This record gives sequence, C-alpha cells and structure tokens, in this order.
Amino acid sequence: MRVRLNGEIVETAADDLPGLLAELEFDPAVVATAVNGDFVPRTARAGVRLEDGDKVEVISPRQGG
Amino acid sequence: MVTFYDRTFESRFLLGTARYPSPEALAESVRRSGAEIVTVSLRRETVGGAKAGHAFFDLIKRLGVTVLPNTAGCHGAREAITTAQMAREVFDTPWIKLEVIGDDETLQPDPFALVEAARALSADGFQVFPYMTDDLVLAEKLMEAGCRVLMPWGAPIGTGKGLNNPYALTLLRRHFPEATLVVDAGIGAPSHAAAAMELGYDAILLNTAVATAGDPPAMAEAFAEAIRAGRRAHEAGLMAETDLAVASTPVFGTPFSPFAG
Repeated sequence: MRVRLNGEIVETAADDLPGLLAELEFDPAVVATAVNGDFVPRTARAGVRLEDGDKVEVISPRQGG
Repeated sequence: MVTFYDRTFESRFLLGTARYPSPEALAESVRRSGAEIVTVSLRRETVGGAKAGHAFFDLIKRLGVTVLPNTAGCHGAREAITTAQMAREVFDTPWIKLEVIGDDETLQPDPFALVEAARALSADGFQVFPYMTDDLVLAEKLMEAGCRVLMPWGAPIGTGKGLNNPYALTLLRRHFPEATLVVDAGIGAPSHAAAAMELGYDAILLNTAVATAGDPPAMAEAFAEAIRAGRRAHEAGLMAETDLAVASTPVFGTPFSPFAG
C-alpha cells in the first residue's frame, strides 16, 4: 500500500497508524499525527486504519517565531 | 506584571526561537532577554525518528520557560485548527499563537480565516493569541470569538520596519483597554519596541531582530532594556505633544526684556 507521508509517497506494509509509525521508526511519544487533514490524538491512533492514498502528517517540535 | 489569560508574568518580552546562528546563541539570548515565554512551532519530522524535534524540545525544556506554539505557515482555518490540536498534544498547553497566512509576499494574515479558526479553537478550550493586522473591526470580531489577547503586527514578519501605523495601534489600545495587546512582527530595533510600549502595549513579541543581530544575546538584552524603558515611560505618563515651542526656562525675569518683571 502507498500513503502520502509528510508530502512524500511511501510504500508501507502497515495497515494502521501505529504500524506505520513503528515501521518508519518515529517516536510515538514525541510526534503528533493527522490523517487526511484531521488530528489523530495519541490515544486514538490504535483505531485508525490506513487506506491506499491516505495523507498522513507526522510532526514534532521545532524552532518558531 | 502582564497577564495572558489566567497567567501572570514579570517579563513583557516574548522571544522567538528561530533563525539563531546556533543552539547556544538561542539559549544565551533567551537567558539575557529575561523572556519567560518563547514561541515554538511544529514541522514535519524526518523518517527515522523524532531526533530533530527531540533535541530542540530538550533545549527549550532546559531553559525553564513557558512555550507558546504557533501555527506558522498555515493558509486556511482547517489547517490552522489541526495544527493547533497537534501543538496542544505535543507541548501540553492550551496556548496557541494563531497564524493564518493570506498573502505569501507580505505574510499578511487572512482576517476571515483567522476569526473562523479563533472561534473554533476558543470553543474547543484553546487560549488563542491571534497574529493579526491592526484592523479595529477585526480586533472586535476576535474578541467576540473569545480572544483575550490580540497581537497586531507592527510591520510584516521579518522586515524590521518597526511600527508602520502607530495611529492604528493607538486606536486599538484605546478601544480595548482590557485586552492584553502585544505588538508581534516587524520590530527591527529596540527603539521600535520602546515606541510600542510607550503607546501602552502590554508586551512585544519578536524573533528576527535578535536572531539575526551581529551579537544576538547582546541584542536580546538591548531589547529587554528598551521594553522596560518604554513601559516605565507609559506608566509615568508622557507629556502632551504641541505644535509650537513652549519655553522650558521660566520667561519671568528674563534679562534685557523690554517688559517689566
């Protein structure tokens, strides 16, 4: 399956959000996530199945003004 | 003391954390600014961990300051709302500096999307710090949407042009005596910050003027002094401006005067 992760197309074997984060070695305790434009809280990730073409955002703290 | 929603702070200087020459320069600038609040953002994490995010967040935690996350770069209400929700989870704060950009050249906020997002976020329990233009009616709508802090620009972000429209900023202060007003963006020199404080603004938020200075920590200190001076001047009550000269030395008893006395 292919999803668009942070704007880039990636091939994944995972079928849910926690699986994708683990496969790509993101630290689930530090990042925040959104799927198809909607925020997915940490506590709700387990229930989020991914489908081909889904847009996933994985973000973390950065410098800002 | 300055109040942001239910919290009070000594420092009236909010400092951005971007564009410093090094993490050390950032840390030292925050220390010498005396700022108790710094702005931060969220960006896409690179595949393979959250290492960049980790390192930066650890540095900020060590500084012992309160963080104000922003929604920088968002172009619509929905994007900004989702970003705010992610920021609340990552930084564990109800505070959000709400930025919704309407024009890419000037980074001018989109006032319509700003109000829409501010209303939704306030209803969802956020304490919104809207980055806005200096428009009076926009300020009114943001207050109606639940904002208790307003952050009009002095000039476009990163330009260093100072206060482009002191008249509009003065009107805002007069119309909203109860709001916490912050000049955010466009400040280039400590004199600009002092001028905003003299107008009765509660605080200053800036980033580029310190981060890109020749010596950022020294500039942070210069801004802190200017902000304190401007605030003290405002509290002391500035003299009224006049068009014609008014002699400061007493006129009575001037030598060689053709008049008696």
